[in-house]
Amino acid sequence: MADSQTVTPRRPLPWVWIGMAAVVIPLLLVLAFGLRRDPRALPSPLVGRMAPAFSLQLFSGGRLTLGELRGRLVVLNFWASWCVPACTDEAPVLQAIWEQYRTKGVTVVGVNIQDHEAPARTFIQRFGLTFPAGMDPRGVIAIDYGVYGVPETYLIDQSGRTVYKYAGAVSVDLLAPVMAPLLETR
Amino acid sequence: MIRQHLLVAAWVLAVTLTTSAQEVDLGVRVIASKLRCPVCQNESVADSQSELSAQMRTLIRDKLAAGETEDQIVRYFVSRYGEWILLEPPRQGVLWFVWLAPAAALLGGAVLVIAYLRRSIRPHPHLTP
Amino acid sequence: MIALLGTGSLLLALACAVGGLGVLVVGHSRKDPRGLIWGYRAAISILTFVTLAVVDMETALVGFDFSVRYVAANINRVTPLLFRIAGLWGALEGSILLWVWILSSLTVLVAHRYRSRHPGFLPYVLGVLFAIATFFLGLIAGPANPFTRLAVTPPDGVGLNPLLQNHLLMAIHPPLLYLGYVGFSVPYAFAMGTLLSGQHREEWTSITRRWTLVAWTALTAGLFLGARWSYDVLGWGGYWAWDPVENAAVMPWLVATAFIHSSMVQARRQLLRGWNLALIILVFLLTIFGTFLTRSGVIASVHSFTQSLIGPLFIAFLCVATLVSLGALFWRRKQTPDEGGFDSLLSRESMMLMNNLILVTMAFTVFLGTIFPLVVEVATGAKVTVGPPFFDRVVGPLGVLLLLAVGSGTALRWGRSGRDDLRKLGALAAGAVAITGALAASGVRSPTALTALGAAVFVALAQVTEYVRGALAHRAATGEGLLASVAALFSINPQRYYGYLTHLGLVVAVAGIVASQSGRIEVQNHLTVGETMQVGAYTLRLESLEALVGADRIIVAAPLTIGILNGTAQAGTARSSGDVDILRPSENFFRQSRTPVATPAVRSTWRDDLYVTLLAFDPKEQSAVVRVVISPMVSWLWAGGAIMVGAGVLASWPTRRR
Repeated sequence: MADSQTVTPRRPLPWVWIGMAAVVIPLLLVLAFGLRRDPRALPSPLVGRMAPAFSLQLFSGGRLTLGELRGRLVVLNFWASWCVPACTDEAPVLQAIWEQYRTKGVTVVGVNIQDHEAPARTFIQRFGLTFPAGMDPRGVIAIDYGVYGVPETYLIDQSGRTVYKYAGAVSVDLLAPVMAPLLETR
Repeated sequence: MIRQHLLVAAWVLAVTLTTSAQEVDLGVRVIASKLRCPVCQNESVADSQSELSAQMRTLIRDKLAAGETEDQIVRYFVSRYGEWILLEPPRQGVLWFVWLAPAAALLGGAVLVIAYLRRSIRPHPHLTP
Repeated sequence: MIALLGTGSLLLALACAVGGLGVLVVGHSRKDPRGLIWGYRAAISILTFVTLAVVDMETALVGFDFSVRYVAANINRVTPLLFRIAGLWGALEGSILLWVWILSSLTVLVAHRYRSRHPGFLPYVLGVLFAIATFFLGLIAGPANPFTRLAVTPPDGVGLNPLLQNHLLMAIHPPLLYLGYVGFSVPYAFAMGTLLSGQHREEWTSITRRWTLVAWTALTAGLFLGARWSYDVLGWGGYWAWDPVENAAVMPWLVATAFIHSSMVQARRQLLRGWNLALIILVFLLTIFGTFLTRSGVIASVHSFTQSLIGPLFIAFLCVATLVSLGALFWRRKQTPDEGGFDSLLSRESMMLMNNLILVTMAFTVFLGTIFPLVVEVATGAKVTVGPPFFDRVVGPLGVLLLLAVGSGTALRWGRSGRDDLRKLGALAAGAVAITGALAASGVRSPTALTALGAAVFVALAQVTEYVRGALAHRAATGEGLLASVAALFSINPQRYYGYLTHLGLVVAVAGIVASQSGRIEVQNHLTVGETMQVGAYTLRLESLEALVGADRIIVAAPLTIGILNGTAQAGTARSSGDVDILRPSENFFRQSRTPVATPAVRSTWRDDLYVTLLAFDPKEQSAVVRVVISPMVSWLWAGGAIMVGAGVLASWPTRRR
């Protein structure tokens, strides 16, 4: 059966190889890119717009509204006591930022969501948090800010505009470069 | 025994206060099923059991009660979460590719397969077409 | 102590993997048989150390050692024993440990089984397996170490996600799924061995095929169990949502199914060798890709827990594996020319090639739909959703085409088909059309359902015909009874007849899918205690609201008395009639979680499932909101899956060497 016609299914081959390479390589690049971009620095539709007003019932009593904070750089942090390890990792960081930048015109505000009051208070005590914090029991503030989960942090500048959103535990290295230019203008 | 009952009652009460037992509204359900649960994979706000979804449903109900239209409420959520919150995005433009590609792949593959078979088929006097 | 022992074991295992690889390479280049011996010892050492690590982790889990971060994150003091043990695979680090454990066990099995028979070839296979093990061991010895300690030991852990603790299947489904996933590494290693060594023997192909069948069976079981778990637990009354996680498992499954068929063509006709090598490589790459998808958080929700070095490492491994595999394939492309050719377009092997085309297109579709949101986001920054409607509408018709190919392939012969075969094909088609017509007459209206069922019937008729033909021939030859002949067929040609059985299982499952999708009824209603509602042919009356305290949760149940209407309405007068059941859908309030988890209550018959979920309740008003879903013939889906897995197990059962 040694036909010359038998079989050169090899002939489509170069195209098959080229086709494969053309598909596989860009795909791998895309996947690699997919990881390089940080999905936690979300392209939130709120960034660049005026931050939604809120009225937060504080653990220490009283209410805090966003309007009262006009003129200060606000670090708005959404957290929950059950969010381990991210919230527990960033709690000391937020406290440090509060202590260090408080006199430089920065206010850290903690909004407790999807939680109970007792464990939330315990959490605050455990980490010695002194910045203003309160509960958002029905999630209206969280939804107003397009919060997906915890922890998420927003930066609101002195004119009340949202300038930055980050999902995940923040660190000083992360926030300091973002805050610095906003504080210099003052 | 009594303590157990009290405990249960307290628990149930505490939870009921936050359980959104108000999902009865058909209107809420309609709107909620158009929105994607932000913390789930592929579930609608109507179907999802997550707390965020429950809070969103409550918010939808309040907004409906306050007189907002379905369109306004949907646009509110889009303004907060982005277009991604919509389960079936309105903009079909880029998605055409996704629908066409499998058909193109199938046809292209079929062409290659038939070409391969033709090349490879041994000639035989009684070849059945 | 435990953490140190665990990390130490993993590091030692890693060292053995690297060392074993080195020893094999050196031994092989010097043609020294001791290389293989040391390689075998290395394999056993790896297994020993990994087993030590597993035992270590289980000890920590069962013993509530919360100083280990993984333990604190995944269990708490009220987690039942079974779920503490199953906590091993509750999150990323532990599941990679499970992966490595299965991989090292399979490596030892392969080394033990084949070292005397294929001493020249085995070093390549073991080398590839060691290379894979090195990656995963490197991952868990480094960035994904399950044994990292917490600076401060918490008094109690966080606990498993309540959804995971609600069902026994969560203890069974992941190991099976992983057995399938990891199992594909073995045929991949054999394929790469063929390419790297430049040698080819049909025997290695049959070994590859057998291992693929085993892994395929495990993956099939894992997929069906996953769907069943989804159905039982998630509360929306469905079993498949085209999640990235589900898609990740189904892609290798589709391609592996293609491979199982085209390898039969290779075994029989020595054709499609290069294609088969490419397929098995693709299966392996898809398993790595699938693990990457579900573990790196690149596609899933924003707050997935693995934003670390792990994703990039997976990408790197995927890149290396892809380039090496494709490179090897290209390098040896002249090595495996086909012998001979296809005989005609209408033959069993051509149909198998067609089914390959369709299966690969299906896998491509799933892949595209899964990855498209990511691509768009990278390219334009916009976020889009590719949801179930896309997958259903594309994969559905492809499935129907696939069924037609399966039926035709079964009906046609190897080689050239004569007029008789065509006549048989025509008769089967006519039979299928007739039965479909009968279905339509008896009430099935939807054209998509009818098409799909018609194709399924076509496949079923084709399989049954083959059994009858074979049994008749056997009876004529041996005089045994018809049933005995059918049974004998399985021993005579297990591959073929278990294959037909698998097709039958597929048909049953497809029937279940079509019926449950097209005939689904869903209603949501608010009931006060004592009130009755009617859905379809069922009545449901809310009896009361109950609360029960469990060890780790509080359960609120809403018992409903179910009545069945049969012409004369029986709403309300329940207990005396005989056709009555009580369903207790409940909401579980776990201690550590804010959101309740609903446990649906299901009443299953072969005809349909009555599926009730408790959505909300009000103890003051004594009322509840329930969702009722009636899905026809869902049980057929599970039965079909069981048949397919059973056939796969029996077909893979090691036979006496011929």
